[in-house]
Amino acid sequence: MKHTINELEDIVSQVRRDIVRMVHSCQSGHPGGSLGCAEFMTALYFETMNHSSDFKMDGAGEDIFFLSNGHISPVFYSVLARSGYFETSELATFRKLNSRVQGHPTTHEGLPGIRIASGSLGQGMSVAIGAALTKKLNKDHSLVFTLHGDGELQEGQNWEAIMFAPHNKVDNLISTIDYNGQQIDGPTEKILSLENLQTKFEAFGWHVITSNGNNMEDIVKTLEYAKSLTGKGKPILNLMSTQMGYGVDFMVGSHKWHGTAPNDEQLASALSQNKETLGDY
Amino acid sequence: MKKYTYTEKKDTRSGFGVGLHEAGQKNPDVVALCADLKGSLKMDAFANDFPERFVQVGIAEANMIGIAAGMTIGGKIPFTGTFANFSTGRVYDQIRQSVAYSNKNVKICASHAGLTLGEDGATHQILEDIGLMKMLPGMVVINPCDYNQTKAATLAIAEYEGPVYLRFGRPAIPVFTDPDQKFEIGKAWMVNEGTDVTIVATGHMVWKAIEAGEQLAELGIDAEIINIHTIKPLDEEAILKSLKKTGCVVTCEEHNKFGGLGESVARLLSTELPSPQEFVAVNDSFGESGTPDELMTKYGLDTINIVEAAQKVIKRKK
Repeated sequence: MKHTINELEDIVSQVRRDIVRMVHSCQSGHPGGSLGCAEFMTALYFETMNHSSDFKMDGAGEDIFFLSNGHISPVFYSVLARSGYFETSELATFRKLNSRVQGHPTTHEGLPGIRIASGSLGQGMSVAIGAALTKKLNKDHSLVFTLHGDGELQEGQNWEAIMFAPHNKVDNLISTIDYNGQQIDGPTEKILSLENLQTKFEAFGWHVITSNGNNMEDIVKTLEYAKSLTGKGKPILNLMSTQMGYGVDFMVGSHKWHGTAPNDEQLASALSQNKETLGDY
Repeated sequence: MKKYTYTEKKDTRSGFGVGLHEAGQKNPDVVALCADLKGSLKMDAFANDFPERFVQVGIAEANMIGIAAGMTIGGKIPFTGTFANFSTGRVYDQIRQSVAYSNKNVKICASHAGLTLGEDGATHQILEDIGLMKMLPGMVVINPCDYNQTKAATLAIAEYEGPVYLRFGRPAIPVFTDPDQKFEIGKAWMVNEGTDVTIVATGHMVWKAIEAGEQLAELGIDAEIINIHTIKPLDEEAILKSLKKTGCVVTCEEHNKFGGLGESVARLLSTELPSPQEFVAVNDSFGESGTPDELMTKYGLDTINIVEAAQKVIKRKK
């Protein structure tokens, strides 16, 4: 391992501070899903992926990641900055005029680490499949990772992509579903039930594994296991249980913090629950 | 009137198919994707000769656009192929976010555009695609006029870096342009120099504009005819230069009059050189089933419509 679990958890604590501070500063953005995926994103960028913060769009020879549920941009930006893609001070410009750190991730302003715009949901898996096919054509044996919201699976394009990947043996792709059971208007089971995602993906021909996304040790191990399953003819699906808003007691488990910013008092409370480990931006 | 002749009729989609194959031979990074219309798009030769570079996506156009966008990451040059309706309206948001806004080097190649798709009827006859595509920042929009020009355009866009919408069609139409032409994106082609009226045409309407020019010559009217194969970026210089000479214009397109070439020309002229203009285009309507010729007549896209529009617009000159 590149880092101990304790070291990774310290990074996560700083990432959580970044998330709530960014969203508080502009009084907009999506803290809930961002907080819930802090362990996963930290594990991916600090442990799992072989990547270079000296950003090159083509990603040749390195593992690459696509965030399909672009609204959890705060956690993406924090992890990119903390792993050296750009200065952490730039996080202060999140969602503000003339910033590269846009509300949703984009290549348009040239922010290092971003390879496709996302925000309009359901498009990331198709894009990732394309990048994975190109890696195969280029005899590039590195991997493609993705993250998707569970509510996002209500978008039909996902199921076109979910059907395509096993048929075409896209086995250099590891997709993760942030299975938190929440979406803007309420619990997914009330809005539009996802039913049994594991059997659905298996029926389409994916190799499905499960994980606890808010347990660093578990997510690190699961991603290592996922890597060992690549190259065997099937795409890999990591069905990752998380809690929306994890790490901030008054946000955890509720859809109410999907897209709401904390006030000054709430920010202070959230920060008191996550220690400053790498230095605030 | 300069004389144009032809010895054969061919469909523009076949020009695309031949161009795509040649582009594939020239550049190993060219890849092609198709949504279950390989035969209709004439992509068989490419698929047969470069099977590892051909992706059959199935009936899933949104996924096709996303995969194409992703394939550019790592250096591929994807050409997507399906009907114009399914290439644009069906996947507008995928093109907008994953291709245009993300500035990916994807070539969206669209056959069976317009009324001349024929018998399938209005569900398949898109007349809004030029408008949809030209509104996207950074998108190049090309609608070539015959088999040779479509082949040349296909080769040219393979060498251009950035998103492109290439529109072509189903029916066999006269082949009258140079088989060895050099296609310059954004450069109008002067078909005939004249002094009384400018006829600006795109796609299948260019041959009809030539026929109209011949009929107008018999009536003593000297028409300048310009082929605008690239609707965006528009060759503004060529159009303004012509209008300074003729003082009026007829725009011709197999598209809704809203959002098409005619509106691009009107926008240019209204700010730079206000001039009388007539539109030969579909009058804000869906199409219907019928043969291509019957439909072009019923919806006012025939040679006679161009002749009448030219006579009318000349009378409006002060």
